[in-house]
Amino acid sequence: MVNPVQMLGRSALTFFERLGRAHLFLMDALWGFFSMVMRPRLLVQQLYSVGVLSFLIILISGLFVGMVLGLQGHYILSNFGAEETLGVLVAASLVRELGPVVAALLFSGRAGSALTAEIGLMKATEQLSGMEMMAVDPMRRIITPRLFAGILSMPLLAAIFSMMGILGGYFVGVGLLGVDEGAYWSQMQSKIDFSADIINGVIKSFVFGVVVTWIAVFEGYDSIPTSEGVSRATTRTVVHSAFAILGLDFVLTALMFG
Amino acid sequence: MHSRIVEIVVGIFVAIGLTALFFLAMNASNLASYSGDEGFEIVARFENIGGLKVRSPVAMAGVKVGSVSNIRYDIKDLVAVVTMTIDAEYLGEKKDILDENDVKQAVQFSQLPSETSASIYTAGLLGEQYISLQPFESADEEDEPYMAVGGEIVTVNSALVLEEVIGKLVFSITEGGGDSKDE
Amino acid sequence: MNQVDDNDILVRVRDLHFQRGTRPIFSGANIDIQRGKITAIMGPSGTGKTTLLKLIGGQLKPTQGAIEFEGENIHQLSRSKLYKLRRKMGMLFQSGALLTDISVFDNVAYPIREHTNLPESLVHHLVLMKLQAVGLRGARHLMPNELSGGMARRVALARGIALDPTMIMYDEPFTGQDPISMGVLVQLIKLINDALGLTSVVVSHDVQETVSIADYIYLVSGGVVIEHGTPEQLNASTSEWVQQFMQGLADGPAHFHYPAETYLDDLQAGVK
Repeated sequence: MVNPVQMLGRSALTFFERLGRAHLFLMDALWGFFSMVMRPRLLVQQLYSVGVLSFLIILISGLFVGMVLGLQGHYILSNFGAEETLGVLVAASLVRELGPVVAALLFSGRAGSALTAEIGLMKATEQLSGMEMMAVDPMRRIITPRLFAGILSMPLLAAIFSMMGILGGYFVGVGLLGVDEGAYWSQMQSKIDFSADIINGVIKSFVFGVVVTWIAVFEGYDSIPTSEGVSRATTRTVVHSAFAILGLDFVLTALMFG
Repeated sequence: MHSRIVEIVVGIFVAIGLTALFFLAMNASNLASYSGDEGFEIVARFENIGGLKVRSPVAMAGVKVGSVSNIRYDIKDLVAVVTMTIDAEYLGEKKDILDENDVKQAVQFSQLPSETSASIYTAGLLGEQYISLQPFESADEEDEPYMAVGGEIVTVNSALVLEEVIGKLVFSITEGGGDSKDE
Repeated sequence: MNQVDDNDILVRVRDLHFQRGTRPIFSGANIDIQRGKITAIMGPSGTGKTTLLKLIGGQLKPTQGAIEFEGENIHQLSRSKLYKLRRKMGMLFQSGALLTDISVFDNVAYPIREHTNLPESLVHHLVLMKLQAVGLRGARHLMPNELSGGMARRVALARGIALDPTMIMYDEPFTGQDPISMGVLVQLIKLINDALGLTSVVVSHDVQETVSIADYIYLVSGGVVIEHGTPEQLNASTSEWVQQFMQGLADGPAHFHYPAETYLDDLQAGVK
């Protein structure tokens, strides 16, 4: 009865409808920036639950990623007698790639899923409807502050991740494996370019911040208001965020460093 | 109050994040060497620069004193023109000197001796190439002891290109030992 | 309803059509809600009573027809005007829809703090006043998850009247309540309507309780208004369907059985 062509067409239509809705949603949420400026406390609260609560996981993961880079990098570089460039290897991989990407993946798992579940449950328990009827616009009151909190937090978290990674590489490389301390820092400082590496890394993490938070709040807001619907939306947030981060990373890397 | 604690914690978070960005900028990148005074430029002409690139270091006695800021090829003289930016701390004093038409002109000098020579070396076996400056005292007392800003280094040694070295070696071997002794 | 003066009508629903997907929920309903009265919208489950409230609140858009509030077509208002209009409406959701991360006090204070710049001492007084009206002044420090269903609805009611709205809408206020809290709610709705001079719209299928407080009743089924009138008029109605609904009879014009082939045919057909 349901022919496959019809089904394909229908799912394509649903997909585009959702895509369009997601973009209109984003525009609407971004537009709320002006009313949010009047009430910075809303943003501060969300910076706490989105940014601060992701802080610890970023801190620890960054440290360990840097330590692993230190070990692996030293192992490979020592084959060429180029241990002094360990600092460059650690810093370049963190600042350009691992910092923004891994921090964004962790962020989507820690904060993105929580945002989706929170907003989805607010929808399921009619809190969003209730707000609308209290003449409080949930887009302005709930969505916009969360979106901007995510956009602001992400570059900071990625920077913290990179810094911890560089320090982790330092502990392992200089502390344990005996790489010269001066070489670790001076090679890094001469090879890592501020605008080409650091700024591009920040731009990446900013883009990831927008996309991950956008996906998270949209999935929550657009979820089917049942417990199953919310749980599905939460899963979708993590999966779609991962796809978006890795796909966009390729595109951005090709544009910036290609 | 609860919201006060939240605000303080968020403030600390933002401060740490900005510190991390600052750390990356100042400690892990070359931003620190951009900062402050721009430095001054000097020029050198090489027949072959090998693998030298913009931003390659310029060193004296192994100490980094600047970096390559521009490389271009001069089609008239058929040489590579390398512009180096030397850190501002090596600037010298201003002096009035007479030019060819006996007119007094203020010239900014550096602290580099006027007879400084420039060579392109390779750091390590596979390492990057850099410019090494070797200072020489001028033999002639009459001359200005220091190089002027924007001046050109006359004595240069081009980069050793491995293929050329091997090529010369192979050539001299195949030519036979006898011939090469003639020189 | 023709005897009513036009100025007395707060909400006027005309030729309301609404579809969810392809399923029609309303197909030409006309409803008038009078100022200062309690109007009940009753009907079997699944007839879109809650949808009607959301349409009046401007949360949903009708596919056809108009809903006017104080003479303004709700669905032609700009977003900011709609939000301004909603300050005149309170709505009590079935679940209460309290904000779960803040206390009872803060929930009631929420609309006041959102829409006014009153000093905190005045907010405090106002909230206590509203909570006193619903008898929950003592529960102000509790969190929403510590409340029973009935208490949550009373808090929601206090929140709904926090800004002294013109109209308040109740979505199934009696469903799933024990007799005592049901009695409390019935009394509260009546009391608040009369004391504050509100206009109340009660959506319910609990006939006894609704009839006891309603001034006017609309019976809705199959997307249209089947019957309307005062409780006495409806009780005296000769329509079989109305009688079935009002008396709560299992069978009548609205059948007990979902439409199907005859039982005998179905059994004889065996497993397909």
